[in-house]
Amino acid sequence: MVNSGDTAWVLMSSALVLLMTPALAFFYGGMVRRKNVLSVLMQCFIVMCVLSIHWVLIDYSLSFAPAKGFWGGFAWFGLRGVGLEPYADYAGTIPHQAFMIYQCMFAIITPALIIGAFAERMKFSAFLIFTLLWATFVYAPLCHWVWGMGGWLRNLGALDFAGGTVVHINAGIAALVTALILGKRVNLDKNVPAPHNMPFVVLGTGLLWFGWFGFNAGSALAANGLAVNAFVVTNTAAAAAGLSWALIEWLHNGKPTIFGLCSGAVAGLVAITPAAGFVSVIPAIIIGLLVSVFSFIAVAVIKPKLGYDDSLDAFGVHCVGGIWGALATGLFASKLVNPQGANGLFFGNPKQFIIQALTVLVTIGYTFIVTFVIYKLVDLLIGVRVKKEEELMGLDLTQHHERAYTVLE
Amino acid sequence: MKLIIAIIQPSKLEEVKEELYKQEVNLITVSEVLGHGRQKGVTEIYRGAKETGNLLRKIKMEIAVNENFVEPAIKAIIKGAKTGEIGDGKIFVLDLQECVRIRTEERGSVAIG
Repeated sequence: MVNSGDTAWVLMSSALVLLMTPALAFFYGGMVRRKNVLSVLMQCFIVMCVLSIHWVLIDYSLSFAPAKGFWGGFAWFGLRGVGLEPYADYAGTIPHQAFMIYQCMFAIITPALIIGAFAERMKFSAFLIFTLLWATFVYAPLCHWVWGMGGWLRNLGALDFAGGTVVHINAGIAALVTALILGKRVNLDKNVPAPHNMPFVVLGTGLLWFGWFGFNAGSALAANGLAVNAFVVTNTAAAAAGLSWALIEWLHNGKPTIFGLCSGAVAGLVAITPAAGFVSVIPAIIIGLLVSVFSFIAVAVIKPKLGYDDSLDAFGVHCVGGIWGALATGLFASKLVNPQGANGLFFGNPKQFIIQALTVLVTIGYTFIVTFVIYKLVDLLIGVRVKKEEELMGLDLTQHHERAYTVLE
Repeated sequence: MKLIIAIIQPSKLEEVKEELYKQEVNLITVSEVLGHGRQKGVTEIYRGAKETGNLLRKIKMEIAVNENFVEPAIKAIIKGAKTGEIGDGKIFVLDLQECVRIRTEERGSVAIG
């Protein structure tokens, strides 16, 4: 039975989540040098174009068609059988296509997150092939295991409310793999390039925060109390994490920065994502305060020590935040918040923590290996990295024949 | 006293600065300029309209030095900026008539360093 309130909220949420990809484009675009800003915007927007079509044709079926095994299979190819009546196993009160298009937005933003790792040095053609293969062979299977009917992690009892594993750990590990094998940007040891437009980063963060209400509260798939809980803890965790990062910088570097606050807010949004439908507001504050500590250590201490060039910290923010969020769900989840969820370690159920940890490990392992294989395949086919001269001149001019800013009229 | 003006590739700025510091040439002024010599610009395309021969971004460095620093500075710039490709840039050396340090009103060679 279609409920008009629920349907309205899920459609609205779908639009909110779609907006997160342009938001991410500006968040990332502000961080790169100005010779590369258009390449980042282009990568984000082409993902919206390509994966929207890919999703309705094939990827929704692979991700969500009910099946046991590697993925969902081809039963819902081209949305065959995916109609305007509810499909109760996923959402009983909204048209099946509303659920489908809502999930589409997640499938778009997840590969877009990886862009942060290889920004400023990847060939556009290679990026397209990599993204298509990754959406098909990494996103779809993992999405099916965690969220699809018959998915084995779902059946195991893993809790992932809005995509901590499927979206953030998944994209974050893919980011680490690509950063590791692609190597550093040219001349990076001489100076770390400053973000070319910090207001873009702030604008992107604001829009991400806004869109994230659709991401998390929308994952209730209904306009109900659970959605309200997700909304409240999402805002709270983002606030705690933004504040926490700024305070860490204040103590550690002497001054708080807007870049730090933005990084913290996004990390907080990432961390609360898997937990949003299972925890209450005090755990949300703890999750938010601590995620900035972990992500700060990852980007400011571990990254320079290990020396990989994750240009825009897709790993440090999304993977680290995602892992903390998934584990924190296993600590703080409570049936008082969501009777259909489970209790976590602190509510007397250590088993849930183990399930969460197992899910994290499976995600890391699977994504690491398959992303590596896909990267190598694309590298063999056409080469992944741009030539050194092209990198020096910038991807805007060499990959797209346009530039973002003129110097003279 | 000489004024050295160097036009170099933007991506070479850091290396040139480093080489200059090694020669103890620390006082430089840098600006972003547009230009092209024999190297042509990249074709840009906006909604199908082509723009060719566009000017390329370059870095202009201005360095005022005393005579004994002229050769070391030139060598440092070459070391930092040279790739052997068209577009590496140029160095101009001009006579410098006067130099005044505003803070102290010192003039001439003593004001340069």
